[in-house]
Amino acid sequence: MIIKVLLIAGTLALGMLLRQRATGTNLAVRRLVGAAVVVLGVIAVAFPSTTVWAAHLVGVQRGTDLLLYVFVMTFLFTTVASYQRIFGLERRITELTRELALRAADDIRR
Amino acid sequence: MSNEDVCIVIPAYNEATAISGVVTELREQFRHVLVVDDGSADDTASLARAAGAAVARHPINLGAGAALETGLAWVAARPEFAWVVTFDADGQHLVADAVRMLARARATGVDIVLASRFTGATIDMPSARRVLLKAAVAFTRLTTHLDVTDAHNGLRVINTRALPDLHLSQCGMAHASELTSAISSAGLTYCEVSTTVRYSAYSQAKGQRNLNAVNVLFDLAAARLRFTS
Repeated sequence: MIIKVLLIAGTLALGMLLRQRATGTNLAVRRLVGAAVVVLGVIAVAFPSTTVWAAHLVGVQRGTDLLLYVFVMTFLFTTVASYQRIFGLERRITELTRELALRAADDIRR
Repeated sequence: MSNEDVCIVIPAYNEATAISGVVTELREQFRHVLVVDDGSADDTASLARAAGAAVARHPINLGAGAALETGLAWVAARPEFAWVVTFDADGQHLVADAVRMLARARATGVDIVLASRFTGATIDMPSARRVLLKAAVAFTRLTTHLDVTDAHNGLRVINTRALPDLHLSQCGMAHASELTSAISSAGLTYCEVSTTVRYSAYSQAKGQRNLNAVNVLFDLAAARLRFTS
């Protein structure tokens, strides 16, 4: 039950991510979350039984199921974040290209 | 030659086959023609220049919307122009239509004159394209509440005083919807003139695939979700 709430909340948060501006705070939060995922990954590898314990904590039967949920959510967040980043890059390339084109353009022909 | 205060803007990508004819024909009525070469691999730019057009060239291909925006920026930087006419490079528009639309623009003083092939005429239009464009019109009327009859016609006359309100961020074909949205949100005045669109084998091979409508809808939806919209 708890996992359902968490997964639905996570999916909604994806929408928020799409609207987010790339501020320093947002970047820091993302990096901290990234670091936490790495640490939890190390713990899950070193002590496999902790995944079962954590799974039971949120109402999931098997530790592998919990891992799959976490994996899917991480993948979705990464996808949206990359999409945002690529979109920003494309926009900057567009502006740069336009500037170059306008500088090298012919003037009015008389 | 009159029309000294008018600049024709033609976004072009790999249009070497048609661009000379289009520019030459336009130059009989309009002194100033700007071709925005959107990173063509062929000699679109040199052919356009030889036909008497000024050329701005994107070093890389960005899309029709981006090329149009570059053209509008070029015109906006030159205060001698009072009107911009956007015109497709593939020869689907008639120069006479542009002349009529400009006359209407001068007479009414509106910000934008849009062309409509549906109150006007189409030559050899495929029926699937008709159905799709009608759907696009319904979509535009619904989302912008504008009383237009053709949402995606490349032929337009724009008063340069409206240029500060028109910034196309959509690089692809969604720019047409972006433009009508801008009319609605900036409260620009507009009118429609019946025009003709010629569907030649060349223009159909060069033009958008019908399936591109999916991409247009996706781009518009993404722009609404994103903070930048």
